[in-house]
Amino acid sequence: MPEYRWPDMSKRKVMGQRFSRLDGVEKSSGRAKYSSDLNKPGMLHAVLVTSPHAHAKVRSIDTSAAEKHPGVAAVRVIAPAGTEIQWAGWEVAIIAANTELAARDAAAKVKVEYDVLEHFVREADLKKVKTRAKPAGEQVEGDPEMAAKQADVVSEGYYGIPVLTHCCLETHGNVVQWTPDNKVEFNPSTQSVTSIRGDLARLLSVPAANIHVHQDHVGGGFGSKFQPDRWGLESSQLSKQAGGRPVKIFLDRATELVIGGIRPSGFANIKVGAKKDGTITLWESESWATGGIGGGGSPPIPYVFTKIPNRRQSHSAVSTNTAPSRAWRAPNHQQACYLTCAPLEDLAAKLKMDPVELLIKNAGLTARPDTYVRQLKKAAELSEWSKLWHPRGDAGKGSIRRGLGVGAGTWGGAGHDSTARVTIHPDGTVEVELGSQDLGTGTRTIIAQVAAESLGLRVQDVRVKIGDTNYPPSGTSGGSTTVGGVSSSTRKASLNALEKLYIEVAEALGAPADQLTVAEGKVLVKDNPAKSLPWKAACQKLGVKTISETGSNVPAQAAREGLNTGGVGGVQIADVSVDIETGVVKMNRLVAVQDMGLVINPKTAESQIFGACIMSICGALMEERITDEITGRVLNADMEFYKLAGIKDIGEIVVHLDITEENDKRGVIGLGEPPAVPGIAAISNAVANAIGLRVPTVPMTPMHVLNALAGRKS
Amino acid sequence: MQPFEYASPKTLKEALALLGAGWGDAAVLAGGTDLLSLMKDNVMAPKRLVNVKEIPELKGITKTGAGVRIGAAVTVDELASNALIRASFPALLAAAQGISSMQMRNMGTVGGDLCQRPRCWYFRAGFGLLPTHEGKNLVAEGDSRYHAILGAGPAHFVSASSFGPALIALGAKVKIASAKGTREVEAAKFFVAPQNSETREVALQPNEILTEIVVPVSAAKNATYEIRQKDALDWPLATASVSLTMKGTAVGSARIVLGHVGPTPFDADGAAKWLAGKTITVETAEAAGKAAVESAKPLKDNAYKVQMAAVAVKRALLAAAGVKA
Ligand SMILES: Cc1cc2nc3c(=O)[nH]c(=O)nc-3n(C[C@H](O)[C@H](O)[C@H](O)COP(=O)(O)OP(=O)(O)OC[C@H]3O[C@@H](n4cnc5c(N)ncnc54)[C@H](O)[C@@H]3O)c2cc1C
Repeated sequence: MPEYRWPDMSKRKVMGQRFSRLDGVEKSSGRAKYSSDLNKPGMLHAVLVTSPHAHAKVRSIDTSAAEKHPGVAAVRVIAPAGTEIQWAGWEVAIIAANTELAARDAAAKVKVEYDVLEHFVREADLKKVKTRAKPAGEQVEGDPEMAAKQADVVSEGYYGIPVLTHCCLETHGNVVQWTPDNKVEFNPSTQSVTSIRGDLARLLSVPAANIHVHQDHVGGGFGSKFQPDRWGLESSQLSKQAGGRPVKIFLDRATELVIGGIRPSGFANIKVGAKKDGTITLWESESWATGGIGGGGSPPIPYVFTKIPNRRQSHSAVSTNTAPSRAWRAPNHQQACYLTCAPLEDLAAKLKMDPVELLIKNAGLTARPDTYVRQLKKAAELSEWSKLWHPRGDAGKGSIRRGLGVGAGTWGGAGHDSTARVTIHPDGTVEVELGSQDLGTGTRTIIAQVAAESLGLRVQDVRVKIGDTNYPPSGTSGGSTTVGGVSSSTRKASLNALEKLYIEVAEALGAPADQLTVAEGKVLVKDNPAKSLPWKAACQKLGVKTISETGSNVPAQAAREGLNTGGVGGVQIADVSVDIETGVVKMNRLVAVQDMGLVINPKTAESQIFGACIMSICGALMEERITDEITGRVLNADMEFYKLAGIKDIGEIVVHLDITEENDKRGVIGLGEPPAVPGIAAISNAVANAIGLRVPTVPMTPMHVLNALAGRKS
Repeated sequence: MQPFEYASPKTLKEALALLGAGWGDAAVLAGGTDLLSLMKDNVMAPKRLVNVKEIPELKGITKTGAGVRIGAAVTVDELASNALIRASFPALLAAAQGISSMQMRNMGTVGGDLCQRPRCWYFRAGFGLLPTHEGKNLVAEGDSRYHAILGAGPAHFVSASSFGPALIALGAKVKIASAKGTREVEAAKFFVAPQNSETREVALQPNEILTEIVVPVSAAKNATYEIRQKDALDWPLATASVSLTMKGTAVGSARIVLGHVGPTPFDADGAAKWLAGKTITVETAEAAGKAAVESAKPLKDNAYKVQMAAVAVKRALLAAAGVKA
């Protein structure tokens, strides 16, 4: 068995290099074909009819007029009479027609009668939540009563972080064709090419072997694109009903923002206490959150500083008549981070202590004291903390107040199950195939780097093929597990294939197969590098044979092999300017120090962190799903009032990758989610530092900032 | 979107003949940046679209005896890059630059900006201009964070046009044509707060076309200050456009018009009168700002806009007078 360990950091040629994404030009020039770009001959367009009511019972549904509408090929009722609708946007019927316009016009002709029931859609005020909350029971650790009495300083506050939506640029949907021979061709926008086939097989009752899934690119998922979804199944049925014509459905923007996935909210009344010297002794939290009708969303608080000795926590899941939550880039972590780091910063202010010092002082309460101390110091250095930070509220006199704030996060990120197949052709060309997907993170690129490194080739010598169920199974891209999984499986498959090649060329090189190695496009003898064959010539020795070998990452064995692992910390420091007359917050800088393992591509790694920081800026300052108490609907299901930052709103982002020999030895660790955690807390803390008081809820829109400054309830 | 007929007449006369007696019969299509989204959302469903971008009378920016004449079909970008505008009307220039998307500036027109429909989220969701639901007043009882703080009457949406306040402050007039002839209306009178859900927000009849805007050229110092959350394309939360005719170092007469805070641009007459005879300083500007919002009646969620509007006035005055805060 080959030695799969990564080559030493100093010996790597291709891994560790700053490669631009292999599909970057294709994407930025618009040539890349996303599933939503597909148009197949004879294709029908499907459109959903959704409920305008947040809570209602369907009394009757009549699709006859829609069926007669010119161009309509198939109609299905999703919510028959008697169905209890639990959120506005609930799928009621679906229509496939020759054109999208015809489908939309026909959709308007579906007559649905509802018995409207009472709804509940806003959870920010605990007093109004009442019977919709399911308490999960109280957890007590140590003696919080005593700790409260003995603490020198106690800080109490209300904090909230709202529901936001995934708002994928490519909306959810698919093109599907279910032909009369019971074969299904499925082109989704998914984070899980391999497993979505199994889901379809089960839910459509079609043998998995009859289902082919293919996807070249995904226009954003963030945790919301794992399942085939109701529209995926219904559009499949429409295709079957229409005699096997392909059917395309991609949600329109409004529907995407309502039912395409949300991040649960997190609200809490929190009390923290400490000794004069800053030693944190007490945590009490009464938290609540909603993730839709099922409640859901329990942020793990206290976060990072989990070992606060005296704790009392109670949490309630609040059921609202809103569409269900989906995993959102580090599920529950932004909420937990905000609900912990904001109260700790308030505590520091009350202690008249530098918050970075407070966190350093209490690093012993975390699972990684050394990491956090090192990162806090690095982030402080990069943000010019000692020069720019000032005690809370001490930001001078003008209308523009500058402030700095800090947040800390953690994540897992070990590799998922993944199998790669590496094929070496007699002409020297190399293919790497995986049933994986590239969420825009650079998965294709890092696979090519790993294969090239392992085979002694260049990136351009390797053809990466992903996004297809004809390739070996590879895991779901969730939980930041992809990079660890696919890099390890690619490494193993490459070395397995190489081992076979060595056997074929051993004779020509006059050395035993186990004495061969590769470097710089050559196969050579380890002790006698003068004896070598160029890669192509070596492959020619295969004659008519093709080498095709697989390699798998098996999570239970990964740690032992040392290829990938999980568990990271991260620290971010925000630097903001707040106009206290207008409430407008501008980002000056966001510094992200990220603990990580082996970095395959510093450029794509940095890109991940840039993206994560931008999402945090949006979440801290702009993004919020706004529901209407009267109609029960989402008011800002558009890109106009569902606000996202533009390039000018982002400020400077400084990324520090902790690339060290020591971290490198940990193997590959996922990076998609961890940097998306600390930013919101850091920005909120920076605003508090700037204006002298806490804006209790994010996003810190001008409204919330001015309300906080005026002592008005938002 | 409902099917519609499309016409692209080459003359004003033809265009006017293509319009109908009701709003549902036909709609004027300029850049379409607003109209098309309304049609896609089924808020408007005109049977015919009459493109006015091919009509010569609606084009160009020229100097005339009465001032600077701006064709209604002039794009936001043409306006912002025009030397006459840049030289005399910083208030208008700032409003144009505030529309910070190149695509919007290239497609959107000045006429379209003045005639665009409110962005009220209840209106855009099909609940009407004076939206109600099951007997409840949606704006008053629902989410009013982006709604009006000024203006009497039942309408609580905010007039979306940033050009409106600037043109009013500059004393502009708009010209309106119908098959019967043309009429001229002061920019201030062009905006009307609807008293019922059947009327429009502008003084246009369904069979009329806004053809041009005439802005008098004077020595008045003018400026617009907009408060926006984002630098990327976003709506202002409050704006103020001011024009100051100076008498020596003091203000002779002033015009202060607030935007995005009422169903029409809000002419802060009292504040303007108060300012007459005073020198612009941080203090007087601030006092004028406070006076401008004296009659504000915020709704449940938008008290914050009162301060914002006052600050916009203060900053616009300081900018116009060239005083550093
Ligand atoms: C996200 C976003 C942000 C924006 N921010 C701002 C902003 O900050 N400030 C601002 O002022 N605007 C803003 N805009 C609005 C933009 O400026 C307008 O959409 C644009 O100016 C409309 O011009 P148009 O030519 O495309 O109008 P159209 O969409 O063609 O028409 C709009 C309306 O005016 C009518 N109309 C147009 N021309 C005439 C005419 N000559 N005679 C009679 N009726 C006419 C049409 O029938 C229609 O009802 C923003 C828009 C968006 C989407």
